Amino acid sequence: MTTEHYESVIHPPAIMAELKKNKVTHVVWLPDSETNFMYQLLTTEPTIDLVPVCREGETMAIAAGLWVGGKKPVVLIQNTGIFESGDSIRGLGLDINQPLVMLIGYRGWTRHGLTSDSAARFIEHILHAWGINYYLIESDDDANRISLAIDEAYRIQKPVAVLVGTEFGA
Amino acid sequence: MINNTDAVRLLDRKRRNAFIVPTMNAGNARFGLPSVTTHEKQDLPLSGAMGKASSLALGLALAQPNKKVMCLDGDGSLLMNLGTLVTLASKAPKNLYHFVFDNGAYCVTGGQPVPGAGKMDWVEMAKGAGFAATFSFDNIEDLTTGIDQVLDTPGPVFVHLKISPEIENTPVQFRQRPRRSVQQAFKDVAGVVAGR
Repeated sequence: MTTEHYESVIHPPAIMAELKKNKVTHVVWLPDSETNFMYQLLTTEPTIDLVPVCREGETMAIAAGLWVGGKKPVVLIQNTGIFESGDSIRGLGLDINQPLVMLIGYRGWTRHGLTSDSAARFIEHILHAWGINYYLIESDDDANRISLAIDEAYRIQKPVAVLVGTEFGA
Repeated sequence: MINNTDAVRLLDRKRRNAFIVPTMNAGNARFGLPSVTTHEKQDLPLSGAMGKASSLALGLALAQPNKKVMCLDGDGSLLMNLGTLVTLASKAPKNLYHFVFDNGAYCVTGGQPVPGAGKMDWVEMAKGAGFAATFSFDNIEDLTTGIDQVLDTPGPVFVHLKISPEIENTPVQFRQRPRRSVQQAFKDVAGVVAGR
């Protein structure tokens, strides 16, 4: 029997490189348990302004204001926050044809065994219901899917999601 | 109390090229900013995404730091998104002016009182959230003489306006609709930003 080691950690520099490559100007976010190391790196990055919020539904509206004002924001929240943000995603992102990329912590998701966390079980269904396409990233090798998501969002002028399927490592 | 249309007319007259993000009664097509505006292409009315006008205004203020952004919020709307007071005060854009039209009621749904109507103190809430400056006006005369000082004060500034409720009971499908779609409003503001 062989044991295959699966690298299930995303390192913040890989994400940061994608954001900088795409000239992202702002990250509008609410911290979650998986993204502390990402936060630490974002606070030291001079080219990207971090906009912390009190509740996730604020993020899409702040991003809409930044976008109409000529900037290029992304949103970084947990899947639990998407459930809270429904009216903002509908009334802004979808209704105004906003090319909004949402990086979403995929809390509870796993390739191994049962996915018992309802936050994980419902999120893809919710995105399907809204017609929002999404990409899954699980390791540094997947990070370039952020570029795909950004390209797609600006091409189709709609929100696109990136589900972050593993924790950020140090 | 201040008449809703008198308030938006005065704020429009004093806007000095500012972007304005109105919602609910302040953005009403019949008696809100759209009925009196002199800079329509710099107006960004928000009716969807309930409670998020101030968040939208924050984003615009951060993106355009050299232009003033005035958010004309409703009390019911702000109650839906109270954390925004802390978010705004924390990010603290100097060009952001957050007006709350306090009419004490959900006017577009028939005039039911908002929670806390007559009990809460909006100015104390804004101060507690960390706003750089706060003002309160309950008559048009004081607002008329005080508005220049308000807009000369570095933000983020919170302005409480005690407004007479304009209650709508007409079925929604028979109410006057905005002349511009929300998509067009975003295109217009983006055009102003781009210098078109």
